[in-house]
Amino acid sequence: MIAQLFIEQGLNGLQLGVTLFLMAAGLTLVFGIMDVIHLSHGSFYMIGAYLTATLGARFDSYLLGLALAIPLVALIGMVVEWIAIRRLYERDHLDQVLATFGLIMFFNEAIGMIWGAQPIFLSPPESLAGTVELVPGLFYPQFRLAILGTGLTVAAGLGLMIRHTRLGMRLRAGASDRAMAGALGVNIDGLFTMVFGLGAGLAALAGGMAGTVLSVQVGMGESILILTFVVVVIGGIGSIKGALVGAILVGLVDTLARTMLPVALRATMAASQADSVAASLSSTSVYVLMILVLAWRPKGLYGART
Amino acid sequence: MRIVSSTLILAGFLAASAPAWAAPGEVKVGMLTTLSGPGSSLGIDVRDAFNLAVKNLGGGLGGLKATVIEIDDQQKPDVAKDAATRLIEKEKVDFATGIIFSNLMLAVQPSFDRAQTHYISANASPSQLAGKQCTPYFFSAAYQNDNQHEAMGHYVQAKGFKNVYLMAPNYPAGKDGLNGFKRYYAGAVAGEVYTTVNQLDYAAELASLRAANPDAVYVFYPGGMGVNFVKQWEQAGLKGKIPLFGPGFTFSEDTLSAMGDAALGTLNTAQWSPDLDNPENKKFVAAFEAAYGRLPSVYASQAYDAAMLIDSAIRKVGGKLDDKAALGKALMAADFKSVRGNFKFNKNHFPIQDFFLREVIKDGKGRYLNKKIAPIFQDRGDAYVGECSM
Amino acid sequence: MAHAPDFRRWLALALLLILAVAVPPVLAALGQGFYIGFAARVLIMALAALSLDLVMGLGGMISFGHAAFLGLGAYVVGIGSWHVFDGAPLPFGLAGSENALIVWPLAMLVAGLAALGIGAISLRTTGVHFIMITLAFAQMLFFLAGGLKTYGGDDGITLYNRSQLAGLKLSDPTTFYYLCLGLLVTVLAVLLRLSSSRFGMVLRGVRDNERRMRALGFPTYRYKLAAFVLSGMICGLAGALLANASEFASPAIMSWQRSGELLVMVVLGGMGSLIGPVLGAVALMVLEESLADLTQHWQVILGPLLVLLALSARRGLWGWIKGRDGAP
Repeated sequence: MIAQLFIEQGLNGLQLGVTLFLMAAGLTLVFGIMDVIHLSHGSFYMIGAYLTATLGARFDSYLLGLALAIPLVALIGMVVEWIAIRRLYERDHLDQVLATFGLIMFFNEAIGMIWGAQPIFLSPPESLAGTVELVPGLFYPQFRLAILGTGLTVAAGLGLMIRHTRLGMRLRAGASDRAMAGALGVNIDGLFTMVFGLGAGLAALAGGMAGTVLSVQVGMGESILILTFVVVVIGGIGSIKGALVGAILVGLVDTLARTMLPVALRATMAASQADSVAASLSSTSVYVLMILVLAWRPKGLYGART
Repeated sequence: MRIVSSTLILAGFLAASAPAWAAPGEVKVGMLTTLSGPGSSLGIDVRDAFNLAVKNLGGGLGGLKATVIEIDDQQKPDVAKDAATRLIEKEKVDFATGIIFSNLMLAVQPSFDRAQTHYISANASPSQLAGKQCTPYFFSAAYQNDNQHEAMGHYVQAKGFKNVYLMAPNYPAGKDGLNGFKRYYAGAVAGEVYTTVNQLDYAAELASLRAANPDAVYVFYPGGMGVNFVKQWEQAGLKGKIPLFGPGFTFSEDTLSAMGDAALGTLNTAQWSPDLDNPENKKFVAAFEAAYGRLPSVYASQAYDAAMLIDSAIRKVGGKLDDKAALGKALMAADFKSVRGNFKFNKNHFPIQDFFLREVIKDGKGRYLNKKIAPIFQDRGDAYVGECSM
Repeated sequence: MAHAPDFRRWLALALLLILAVAVPPVLAALGQGFYIGFAARVLIMALAALSLDLVMGLGGMISFGHAAFLGLGAYVVGIGSWHVFDGAPLPFGLAGSENALIVWPLAMLVAGLAALGIGAISLRTTGVHFIMITLAFAQMLFFLAGGLKTYGGDDGITLYNRSQLAGLKLSDPTTFYYLCLGLLVTVLAVLLRLSSSRFGMVLRGVRDNERRMRALGFPTYRYKLAAFVLSGMICGLAGALLANASEFASPAIMSWQRSGELLVMVVLGGMGSLIGPVLGAVALMVLEESLADLTQHWQVILGPLLVLLALSARRGLWGWIKGRDGAP
């Protein structure tokens, strides 16, 4: 029983991890290549979830809804880059924080005006609604396995693209030395717009999938945004590999702390007190992890630049 | 000159809005409730039912023209605290109502006490305010937090379950709830888990639950928390394997349609059901459905009664809202016909009423709703009234 | 030319002070007594923004976690009051207190110590990493405060009484307002003085070129840490006042959005001028309040305004009022 529980919680942690990775992959590229602190990355996650819900209901197919939401959000991302973010490349970090903080406000309120302040409950497709018996006695929801599989597939795809394609080569060049890449004839403006769109699309995928596990609501982007930044900083800014390792690490630490701490604390205090202290300590665990990693490696696990 | 112009702009902002007293012959009610986020289905029902009552009473309460000032507390104690101050000091309301969540209630009640403003609760009714912290200015038109859980504890005990797993959000009403359940359930507790308020993913908790192997599960999850829990319960393949019970809050008309078939057949307990057979309730359910195109929930029934209670009290004092002592007495009399049928106040200003067992069904029109199965308690007060010195 | 900007500056300051003093009687005359409490809160946030400007404007350290110090100050007041109400003793033989002369300095001390710890670690990093690590520390404190079950956990502490200060009736909004004004003006005067002192010069030097300052033999780390601690203490005082103003202390005070708001205030008012952030706090809060009166969806207007602000206004409101050629 203990072994099954451990595997199941491990899978839950991995599932949070891949969601974080999809968010962090885009953010770390934007951060690393364009040198922009982009706080409103969580907004694309939220918009992705809303569009998946609405389009999914419209066409009576969750998967079609998700498939349409991703390119749409990527497009929205490129428009946002073209209107606002582009003007922030040469500015200092403070201006970027401020402007993207304003964007969060705008997107949250605009979404609230369109869809209302009540959450939308999104159901996974019927075909994935059942459970799978992974090992005897361990039943795991199919849909959560699908999230895990999708996340890992995208991670592998991104890794291949970055290592083996021309676009990937340009991305690597841009991340390590922007000016040099420009001088060598890489179309920096176009590259940036594309990276931004790619990041937004990945965030939409994360949001559309997470919407079924959580609920689709205004402000859902912020709760994951801060964790995503922790992942990016732990992994090292600009590193996709770092984002993957950081995301899995954060996902596992968060989930394991959340399940182990209450058990440990219950030995010494009442249930509600123990759960409260455990919730608070487990929420801090990822920040402790980040501070430890930075103390050990100031640029993150795979970071090349500050 | 810029200095002068900026001064003028500032002065203009400050003078922008006019002072807000209720004119004579008017009554102002502060509707401070949760209108956004996972808890909003409850607040929206409370607001809509209260407004429906005012409309049915001809746009007034107790013969006075009524203005209802609506503020969204976002289910955050700090926002609620600020909003209460605003309702008291800026809007100068005569009554306040609407708070859904007990943690917010406990944060704001001192403000209403100090201002001597009567607060008529349409939902949150924590044990603290029923017992040691009872106050002349708080009346609950709903229940005492423990009540629905006590009723289910009684039922689960009677059915002979021996090892029940308990779950609730970690806030005052969550603790009240599980205490209430355990007051009547005497068997073993397989686990007692308090999750963070508005947590929406229960995968980790469900895994631990399954490992504990209980013979029944009791969950208190209002609003969006309930929707997610019940759906994930089904997705994890637990539905039909372990019996699931809850208070009426978990299986309430505001969220039943979002839960869909996952909730069908579950038993729960409440002081009201849409099919209660009395003329007030029939009128209320029909009017609510006509006005809003959906069935009312237990929260809506409480808010409707809260408005009717205020109406009756204003009538009793002849519209004289300044005599707070007389108004308090008039409220205490509870001289109105409740949609629940049986309703009177205990000395701590909490109700004495009946509780029923209900079952979630799907009717011929495809609507998900509760059906009354059996009575559980009659004239049930609460466990804390002895601690109240009023 | 040398005297004109200086004259404008002093004239503007004098006018602002007169305006600030006139706020309570004017509001009372307009029958808007409620807004006196609001105005006091504006002054408190101004004090917090001022403290942030000390590290950000003068020292070039972009702290994205200053709300943590605000929250610590508020919690010291809240916990002190809770123990008075409950009667339970605190550790180390301390008892609860509502005496402002005890709890307010204690709030500054606690916030200062936290700033010492956070600063000592965070200041080893620079740039983006500094922003992120201050954010991480603030988030940690935010969640830890939520775990203080005795003190309400996520729901925070409701204060039954405001702090007591030598016969002053702080529950009276006007008295409380003038007290906040007095403290704000005092801190502002001290910081303006400090800013033109050797300490302020070194700090600005570090902001502009840390390597050169280090090469000149200044212990730049220590200067930055000292500024960070002082800033934390002032922000802690603001937190103590904030708990009194809202008669409430909860983790929400430490949320990262609150830290973001403080950043906005500083930049809106004009970074590095110390007076600017005060104006920025006033402008942002009055703007929020009037937009909220106008429409429930005020953030859809404020958001784009912030984007425009970030893209255009380099010198903030104070730069604009002072005129184009004024030195900071």
